[in-house]
Amino acid sequence: MSLHTEPVVVNIGPHHPSTHGVFRMRVTFDGENVQDVEPVIGYLHRGTEKLAEERQYSQVITLTDRLDYVASMTNNQAYVLSCEKLIDIEVPDRGKYLRTIAAELQRVASHLVGVGFFLAELGGFGGTALMYCFRERERILDMFEMLCGARITVSFMRIGGVFQDAPEEFWPALRKFLDEMPGYADELNKLIFESEIVQARTKNVSVISADQAIDASLTGPILRASGVPWDIRAAQPYDAYDQVKFDVITAQGGDNFDRFWVRMLEVEQSLKIIEQCYRDIRSGPVRSTTSLLFRPSPGEAYVPIEAPKGELGFYLVSDGSIAPYRCKIRSPSFISLTLFKEMLVGWKLADIIVSLGSLDFNMGEVDR
Amino acid sequence: MGEALAENIVYRHVYEFILSVFGSELAWLAYAIATFSVVLLVVNVLMLLATFYTWAERRLLGRFTNRLGPNRAGPFGLLQALADAVKLLTKEDIVPRSADRWVFNIAPIVMLGSVLMAMGVIPLGEKTFLADLNIGLLYLVAVSGLGSIAVLMAGYASANKFSTFGAMRAAAVLISYEIPLVMSLLSITILAGSMSLIEVVNSQTIPFLLVTPLAAFIFLTAMSAELNRSPFDITEGESEIVAGYLTEYSGMKFGTFMLAEFAALMVAGAVFAVLFLQGWKWAILPSHIWMLLKVGLFALLATWVRSTLPRLRPDQILTFAWKFLFPLSLINVIALSVQRLLLADEFGNLQQQDMWLMVVSNWILMVVAVPVLIKITNRKSGIPFGESAKFHVGKGV
Amino acid sequence: MYGSGMLKAFGVTLQNFLRKPSTVQYPEERLQQHPRFRGQEFTWYEERCTGCASCAKYCPLGIIKIVTDPSGGDYQDGGSYRIDQFDIDQARCMYCGICVEACPYDALHMGTRFEAATYSREDLVITIDDLRARPKHPSAWFRPQLAKEGFDPFTEIADWREVGRETYFWHPKRPEMVPEDLAQKASSDGDYDKSQDND
Repeated sequence: MSLHTEPVVVNIGPHHPSTHGVFRMRVTFDGENVQDVEPVIGYLHRGTEKLAEERQYSQVITLTDRLDYVASMTNNQAYVLSCEKLIDIEVPDRGKYLRTIAAELQRVASHLVGVGFFLAELGGFGGTALMYCFRERERILDMFEMLCGARITVSFMRIGGVFQDAPEEFWPALRKFLDEMPGYADELNKLIFESEIVQARTKNVSVISADQAIDASLTGPILRASGVPWDIRAAQPYDAYDQVKFDVITAQGGDNFDRFWVRMLEVEQSLKIIEQCYRDIRSGPVRSTTSLLFRPSPGEAYVPIEAPKGELGFYLVSDGSIAPYRCKIRSPSFISLTLFKEMLVGWKLADIIVSLGSLDFNMGEVDR
Repeated sequence: MGEALAENIVYRHVYEFILSVFGSELAWLAYAIATFSVVLLVVNVLMLLATFYTWAERRLLGRFTNRLGPNRAGPFGLLQALADAVKLLTKEDIVPRSADRWVFNIAPIVMLGSVLMAMGVIPLGEKTFLADLNIGLLYLVAVSGLGSIAVLMAGYASANKFSTFGAMRAAAVLISYEIPLVMSLLSITILAGSMSLIEVVNSQTIPFLLVTPLAAFIFLTAMSAELNRSPFDITEGESEIVAGYLTEYSGMKFGTFMLAEFAALMVAGAVFAVLFLQGWKWAILPSHIWMLLKVGLFALLATWVRSTLPRLRPDQILTFAWKFLFPLSLINVIALSVQRLLLADEFGNLQQQDMWLMVVSNWILMVVAVPVLIKITNRKSGIPFGESAKFHVGKGV
Repeated sequence: MYGSGMLKAFGVTLQNFLRKPSTVQYPEERLQQHPRFRGQEFTWYEERCTGCASCAKYCPLGIIKIVTDPSGGDYQDGGSYRIDQFDIDQARCMYCGICVEACPYDALHMGTRFEAATYSREDLVITIDDLRARPKHPSAWFRPQLAKEGFDPFTEIADWREVGRETYFWHPKRPEMVPEDLAQKASSDGDYDKSQDND
């Protein structure tokens, strides 16, 4: 006996509890199974690239804060690195180290957000893992407040270094964080990754193969979860990354579980990097003398960095004026959505939410 | 109702008071008023417990997640439930235009009704119960099934796709988990030799939690599925289908649903206490206090589970029910039947030492049966929830 | 054994159940703020401001409006323009602090408050009168001299004489703008730091 059923089209988003901001999916369901899915983006488009063309180079830093608002530090970093290449200036060593510390702290914070939402998306009480993660993230944000007076929209880095040296109270706080964080990471491991329900829900779901990932130019934890050891921090070191030792984390499965697992392991590596920077940092200037206003000679620059979500870079074209002629943002979140359909079709309603979360994208960066 | 209720202290006093005022020719009125007052008392106690528990659960969840929870309204936030009720009552009551009005409006009442009806047979303490039905357990099963019908009604009537998803999931869970639930109640019947809840309590010389741990485990699992509690809360899985069948509800209709859900949890706790924890019986403290403590223990456990475990996928929940819980409950029923056949004396009664023998054998059974069954259920990964599998999607949908 | 992972998870939640809550009860308790906090409510020192409008020029959003009146000022001898209007539209401000960074005379500082809710957008525009009237709690953001002194911007009030990098602020033509001992030292040493006197 067969019953005639019709597929149902459901709009998930743009205001849905777990679509990471104003993201919308038009999903065709056959019962609980996903037959077709179509992403609709653009609800958060603010025209950052165009805005950047109308602002001086130093003013654009404040715009980059608002791209991936979960990881503002790395946005700053990517932008100022491109600018520095454009006007060809050197950053003092202490500035480089401070940037590295700030960027790695931001990576920890961003991954904590990603992992924290993991359990909520799986349908646990939306506060347990999230609160634990946010509790630790709060300490990082507190350190950012010590560094630069803001928690989210940091504007910490400047072209030629960082805006100011770290205050004295920062170092004990960092030390305390470095000492205590591994214990909390262990707690999260126990709460999330060792739980059988989590494993049953996420292992072998929405698998991205290494070839697929490379073809779609995915980067960051998503690519590494598919078993490709590509990390720009190791491959093309910038700032102080050539001075530190760390492992490029990879996993073989390429499934939802591995994507989060890689993030959790990267937190450990980040702590390792911060530890080395904390040990090696020497006193000195933090910023080369650059005016806020400058006119680079005509040319172009692109410096990719390893943002928490993948390769982030600002392609800047100068026509000799005080503002960039073109500012193209290569945002990892947007490119992560490339394999969206391949990942979700054929899975269940409950899976697509988790798969979406495993991409850990940020609408501020997708729509720009 | 008659005889058992007549022993109740409230009933007797009201009855005698009215008789003394109006004289014995109005005995029917005294009977009606006395009965009604007892019913009112029980219902209100349940509602109070449920509203109190909404506060308690939020406080507990707060502590589990390293927060404080609501602590502003009144001392320790105790009046939070009142504040919530006021808020819900003053909210606009929206019925979607394409909704099935009648069904939409009736659904919360049916839901609450099913919970209140279940209270009819549950003894809340020594000589504190409304009715001693000799088919109490059957009645419970029948009445609790009604709640899922209400969910189905709400989901269907809302004319919302998310609601429909929730309703369909609720129906699937109802069908699957009713069977293990009934099986576990059946094993209690085998042990107690009666379906009356009073008899069940009286026959528990040893708590049945010890005698038949498997039945307790199955009961807890199936009950949390029936109650939409974590990890089986797919019916209103907020991260997937917004709020499931509740998506279109607002105001006090929503409040009624929530109240009914929390009351259902209280009722489930009471049933668990009656079936497995010797009900009101224990030493020193008055029977009602013991009952409250046992219900509280159940609620604490439910909150703890909710704060810790993520949700299973609907297909995994069904796999778990049919491939794991159902065979497990069958094993349990068969084992208990055999034990009873072997151990009972010529009058069909179980002695205390026989009970202890059953305790030992059933714990051994649990330790052996569960891992073996997990292995059989899923040879590949040893997970009783089933594997994740991609569905083949045909072309030209 | 199967289920041990879940048991560990239960252990973690129990452990956190017993831990001290990580939240604070906001209106009564507050999180510790740090001296560099970039808050609402700018702190402006009229005595220091020359009306050069560097802040307005560098503001990424262009929300600072300055109207100066050059007439009647003795600015050839170190006096500054009269500032008629100094409006900051806080409704659009993103508190990036670049205006503060751009200020060559340390006249504009970030504030330290963050509870400036109002009922209308118009109320969010800070006028020159507001700036004059408000208590001076300058944030240490981009003002290392404040942090060095151990200045606590949340409780202490700073006078305009205390907030500048005086050695370079001191100008031979305006000796009265700095405390006397500093001025004497500066004039005798002649360490007028031209390198920082940028536009």
